Amino acid sequence: MSSQEIPEENLPEEQGAAHDAVDKAHADPFADPGLPAHKPRIQDLDERAAKRSERTVATMFLLSMLATVGFIASYVIFPVDKIVFIFPFGHVSALNFSLGLTLGLALFLIGAGAVHWARTLMSDVEVADERHPIEATPEVKAKVLADFADGARESALGRRKLIRNTMFGALALVPLSGVVLLRDLGPLPEKKLRKTLWAKGKQLVNMNTMEPLRPEDVVVGSLTFAMPEGLEEHDEDFQTQIAKAALMIIRIEPDDIKDKREREWAHEGIVAFSKICTHVGCPISLYEQQTHHVLCPCHQSTFDLSDGARVIFGPAGHSLPQLRIGVNSEGNLEALGDFEEPVGPAFWERG
Amino acid sequence: MSTATNTPGAAAPGNRKAPAGERVADWADGRLGIYSLAKSNMRKIFPDHWSFMLGEICLYSFIIIILTGVYLTLFFHPSMNEVVYHGPYEPMQGIRMSEAYASTLDISFDVRGGLLVRQIHHWAAVIFLAGMFVHMFRVFFTGAYRKPREINWLFGFLLFVLGMFTGFTGYSLPDDLLSGTGVRFTQGAILSMPVVGTYISMFLFGGEFPGGDIIARFYSIHILLLPGIMLGLVVGHLILVFYHKHTQFAGPGKTNNNVVGMPLLPVYMAKAGGFFFLVFGFIAIIAAIASINPIWALGPYRPDQVSTGAQPDWYMGFAEGFVRVMPGWEINLWGHTLVLGVLIPLVLFGVILGLLALWPFIESWITGDKREHHILDKPRNAPTRTALGVAWVTIYFVMLIGGGNDIWATHFSLSLNSISWFVRVAFFVGPVVAFVVTRRICLGLQRRDKEKVLHGRESGLIKRLPHGEFVEVHEPLSPEMLHTLTAHEQYKPLEIGPTVDENGVERKVSRITKVRARLSKGLYGESSQIPKPTAEEYKEITSGHGHH
Repeated sequence: MSSQEIPEENLPEEQGAAHDAVDKAHADPFADPGLPAHKPRIQDLDERAAKRSERTVATMFLLSMLATVGFIASYVIFPVDKIVFIFPFGHVSALNFSLGLTLGLALFLIGAGAVHWARTLMSDVEVADERHPIEATPEVKAKVLADFADGARESALGRRKLIRNTMFGALALVPLSGVVLLRDLGPLPEKKLRKTLWAKGKQLVNMNTMEPLRPEDVVVGSLTFAMPEGLEEHDEDFQTQIAKAALMIIRIEPDDIKDKREREWAHEGIVAFSKICTHVGCPISLYEQQTHHVLCPCHQSTFDLSDGARVIFGPAGHSLPQLRIGVNSEGNLEALGDFEEPVGPAFWERG
Repeated sequence: MSTATNTPGAAAPGNRKAPAGERVADWADGRLGIYSLAKSNMRKIFPDHWSFMLGEICLYSFIIIILTGVYLTLFFHPSMNEVVYHGPYEPMQGIRMSEAYASTLDISFDVRGGLLVRQIHHWAAVIFLAGMFVHMFRVFFTGAYRKPREINWLFGFLLFVLGMFTGFTGYSLPDDLLSGTGVRFTQGAILSMPVVGTYISMFLFGGEFPGGDIIARFYSIHILLLPGIMLGLVVGHLILVFYHKHTQFAGPGKTNNNVVGMPLLPVYMAKAGGFFFLVFGFIAIIAAIASINPIWALGPYRPDQVSTGAQPDWYMGFAEGFVRVMPGWEINLWGHTLVLGVLIPLVLFGVILGLLALWPFIESWITGDKREHHILDKPRNAPTRTALGVAWVTIYFVMLIGGGNDIWATHFSLSLNSISWFVRVAFFVGPVVAFVVTRRICLGLQRRDKEKVLHGRESGLIKRLPHGEFVEVHEPLSPEMLHTLTAHEQYKPLEIGPTVDENGVERKVSRITKVRARLSKGLYGESSQIPKPTAEEYKEITSGHGHH
């Protein structure tokens, strides 16, 4: 940028040297000057330096051997459950720490030795190799095409159309067997995603105490998780059932419930919503007492539980389904039916 | 034994007995033809540049993953049968969990060295993906994907994508609370697919989520199906690297018809072989000092439980970002639901990755260049390509921010909502800004190169002239530098030419040709590259007559 401001006559004498170079380069000053001459390294010139390199490499290989011995020793010495404090890593497993370091060193030193050997003692003279075009010469191509034509003619595939067509038919059909075999990978969806374990008369079981929930257990500001009575943690299909039936219970002052249907489906301000996010199905678990907002910690969809659990932020596409609840003759909370709409993520057949 | 080697046929001329190594090689050659194979490959020349080792990192971490993965299969039980834990890890005593989770705890706390191998396996996977990402962009920004290497670009691209899914199925295997949440997310995303979503979900999970099959199915996908395909692709990738011979940067003595460097035996055997040990050693040391995926701190998976700050492994964060910041659009019509809020992220994930795969073909269609390219471009010399690449990377990183919006919010005391809005806006604005800025920087660097060629290098020496003026001495460049800085080719934009010939007859120009000409102008037009210095310009300036 500065040279443009300098008058030509003020350019330094080095310019003359460049001039010579240009003359030498004849027409093209940018011509390829060819591979630069090899610059010898200290190890190429001084045998003592080369000996030093040799010793360095050998030392690394020796230390690697020691590290392997250390690895085996660590394996034998340290009990698997021994925890030690090592600054700055904190409390770590002595075995994992020592095994990892010794193995790492044993490997790293082999690598470092080999690379040092290559860089200081092996020849570093650059050599040029020729490239050849990837594509075949026209003669080769012509020969291949002729061979192919011969082969195709001799097979008579083009002439005997009956063979050709039936063969294509057979080859096209045979993979169908494989596809059919995949049918039993799983059942058809049918109405499975629309139904949960909840039904009329099923009591709400507190997932902490495993006791039926009573309205007086639920105070304003608390968040309680519930599952349908009859479901046990050791049931074989527990995971699959709870993935749909998980319920969260909160209590809101009835006057604070903005949505009319929500108020009707509640019991004295106790509302029950599906815990499964309508976005992609994470369990919602963060509850803000003052605003009655719940937040899904996976993708941050936020629902307003005082307003029909409508989405107020985030990627969820629709409200959380509400479960209609009441109290049975024993004074326990019970469901008055299943969810009226499918819980969890939306799907094509949901409607 | 000696009688066998002294049979008359084996008697060497001169009665010399060949050394043992040679005799083994002879034996193998008679059956495998190894001498012919070695003739062209043993002293094969490889060019040297630091960026060429990025691919090696991927190869070696892939090998490390396979080695450690085989070890892990010896102890891991891919089963969702429920057990009650009674192992050495106290906090989990009496907890109900799947056998998969329990066996992962055993690998971590019961098998000596099991934790180390698990952590090496996971760290190597993270590094494998990161290595592929960086390697891919090395290839992109230097134009190494051009003919004849487009197929190898696709192989590499497939390896990256398959690597993502192999990683995902792998970290889902322990059936812990975090990874199970990731599987749930995947199932929710599958459900969003129109018409087939529920069917694919039922078939993949063997019924409703989570069912009892998914871990066993992921296991066979993770240890057999995907790595099998990847191993084939890696071998194909390497064969093509050998067959095409490595690319090289422009420089003295380096042409499109040669390859300059050092021979495979011994230099690259030692360097590359040594580098494998360096990578393995490095990962082992990380695994010793930095824990990764501590599943014991997370607990077993329960579909009704979740932890906060849930994050996928980094390479899935890009997809996570789309899902998090997308508005929750849903269309309900005629009894069906189109879940755009999840479907669009799913599609964008594929489309944005796919663009990368297609780029070499798009570029060669625009240039119409059918020649082989073995000399790498400096990124600055292909400003539009470089700018497009940076724009792509910008989208990727913006989405990574989106994928970790909760982490950003908690660590930097920011509003989660503002981060989501920032990402939504930056998805559109970010790549445009990145494109413009990158292109400008590239053009600036081209101007600087031109300047250096024509006026020499700033030497830092200040000279005082007789009349008192101070000037800086500019040293002319060496012929090597002059060549290196001017060796790149510059395309001319495609010209459609006049649409009406001399007789006034209109010439038909197809719409496609017009699009191509337009793109060509965008890539190689006046505003897209600085014409490189010509010999005439150089001579005019250096001859001392040319005032300008």
